[in-house]
Amino acid sequence: MAKQRKIALKVPFVTRLEGEGALELSAKGDTIDKLYLKIFEPPRLFEKFLEGKSYQDVPDLNARICGICPMAYQLTSVQAIEDLFSIQLPDHLIQLRRLMNLGEWIQSHSLHIHFLAIPDFLGFESALSMAKQHPQVLQRGMQIQETGNALMTLLGGRSVHPVGLQVGGFGRLPELANWDAARQQVDQALPAAVELLRWTASLQLPDYSHDFIWVSLKHSEIYPINGGDITTSNGLTLHYWQYPDHFKEHQVRHSTAFYSLLDGKDYLVGPLARLNNNVAILPDSIKQLVNDNGLVFPNQNMFTSIQARAVEIILALTEAQQLLAEPCPTGDAHLPVTPQAGECCYCTEAPRGMIYHHYQLDDEGRVINCTIIPPTSQNQARIEQDLKYSVKKFGLNNSDDALKFFCERVIRNYDPCISCSTHFLEFKIVRK
Amino acid sequence: MSQQVNPTKLTVALHKLTSCSGCQLAFLNQGATLLELVELVDFKHFIEAGLNHPDEKVDLAFVEGSVSTPEDLKRAQQIRQNSKLVVSIGACATSGGVQALRNMADGNAWMQAVYTRPDFIATLATSTGVAEHIKVDFELWGCPITVRQVNHFIRQLLFGARPRPEAEKLCMECKRRQLVCVMVTQQAPCLGPVVRTGCGALCPAFGRACYGCFGPSEQPNCHSLANRFAGLGLVPREIAQRFASIHSHSKPFRKESHHWQAIEVKEIE
Ligand code: SF4
Ligand code: SF4
Repeated sequence: MAKQRKIALKVPFVTRLEGEGALELSAKGDTIDKLYLKIFEPPRLFEKFLEGKSYQDVPDLNARICGICPMAYQLTSVQAIEDLFSIQLPDHLIQLRRLMNLGEWIQSHSLHIHFLAIPDFLGFESALSMAKQHPQVLQRGMQIQETGNALMTLLGGRSVHPVGLQVGGFGRLPELANWDAARQQVDQALPAAVELLRWTASLQLPDYSHDFIWVSLKHSEIYPINGGDITTSNGLTLHYWQYPDHFKEHQVRHSTAFYSLLDGKDYLVGPLARLNNNVAILPDSIKQLVNDNGLVFPNQNMFTSIQARAVEIILALTEAQQLLAEPCPTGDAHLPVTPQAGECCYCTEAPRGMIYHHYQLDDEGRVINCTIIPPTSQNQARIEQDLKYSVKKFGLNNSDDALKFFCERVIRNYDPCISCSTHFLEFKIVRK
Repeated sequence: MSQQVNPTKLTVALHKLTSCSGCQLAFLNQGATLLELVELVDFKHFIEAGLNHPDEKVDLAFVEGSVSTPEDLKRAQQIRQNSKLVVSIGACATSGGVQALRNMADGNAWMQAVYTRPDFIATLATSTGVAEHIKVDFELWGCPITVRQVNHFIRQLLFGARPRPEAEKLCMECKRRQLVCVMVTQQAPCLGPVVRTGCGALCPAFGRACYGCFGPSEQPNCHSLANRFAGLGLVPREIAQRFASIHSHSKPFRKESHHWQAIEVKEIE
């Protein structure tokens, strides 16, 4: 019987992800008995080599966790340590951090949409092979991505592993000419982003909605990047200190990335989780755009993640425009820092989801120990659950190629940034 | 670099070993020039961009990431076999990257500390640059490498020129930019005098000391700089830490770091 066919499919890499990874699926008839998202992390052991390092070196080293969201890792540690040292930044520095953060979201989301996701929708192997037939789509994407990079560079010197951010503030304030140039770039990118949202709203999206828990920061006044409570869709509101009470990590044989569960259950972090939790706080103009384009949040269709990213790009550009409309800030670039011993923790929203950091420092501000939980290990269990549900609904009787492509698309919705924990993933289907 | 490369359409692969993927962004962050680049070269393998043909023979293979697992090692060897030219890109591929900090410690103990089941994970005791394992034709240093480095390198090849490494000291670039020296004015322990140029002297421009993400320059006099740091008031442990950062496993930095690590500070009662 065709349904009972045995299939052993092995694809070495799932492409168009940040980092490299694999999937293993074994099925007999209609029953999946194994479905693993495999992350073979060449362990980089950040939590160990940070031990003994000074608080001043932590942000530079942490950046290297991920090339696409270096600032998120820098900032989470910086904020935690500033809390411990009782440093309260003045308003203009808080705003500059927000501006840089927005830049990282714009850059990362745009990279995801254009290089990683869109080829799925337009039927191409890669963005590079799309260049001839859809130059305007790619150019629009690059314009937005460059704008994000420019904002990071304005404040950090470069967009990958920026050097501007430090405990106590920044190395220096932006120069007027660069400030003005960034404003112009943002002004030009905003209409492109509105166009992008309209375009993503016109896509025919598959729908494999099902019940799941989502988790993000939530703030009463401002769309959360950095600050707010950890908020879960099943009713919890937690302070960062309570993170370890509810979120637990464990190791499994098939993956080097840890699995993180919320009270024993898988959960989603990332743009869709954030937008689901914070749609009420969007500025009216953006709510209007969401409505006009026929989009509805909260929702539980992971394929709408591309739209959630587009909405967040508009939000980020709109806020950046407001911040840059102010005069180029003057005053101190940083506050004096006096190290203190103790424990600290913090959460921020990286482009791909919430990050948690915990540090114990000695009285010179050297790391005694630390814990860093990236978004990917939090999403890993959720991706597997989604695949189990969606693949069955899609139909195990599909060809291996169709199944493989479908699984890849599902995984790409999550935009797992695999190298933050890992690097090597393999796709394997065994049908008995 | 003796091999002949077809100057019209260079075939290119981009491989990733143990890394943060940041150096690949020197390709994906190019903006409009990426569209020009794909006119000039033919990407065959570049997973993140969607091209998955790891075993195809190419003219030029860029390798990002360090060798830190048995799998990395196997792939490095395959890359060598399949490529006319092998170019390592970034700190990870040139000197083992930040993850090489484990080389100075007991890597096994670290694994035990981080993982409850380290036996689930195949890893080498050290993280090392690609050239420690296979012949590498050219190295682009930097964490991350820049768009300019990549394009300059490719254009040189296309023009049939022999690419030359940029290895002059960061200090020179800093002076050319007329930046204020952070070591002289702030007593900041800047690695600029022994670090390779390429970043545009970013950190001094931000009023801070260079921490060495472009690796050792030509003829670095690390020892004399380290003595200067001691003069600025750094204790040996702090001097060792300065050199034990992004390029801790590069020969000159490793040597200096080990030297100062071995010195105990004796408290005078
Ligand atoms: S050299 Fe630096 S930027 Fe490049 S992959 Fe390694 S850690 Fe990332
Ligand atoms: S100044 Fe030094 S640490 Fe800073 S970016 Fe340049 S090479 Fe890297």
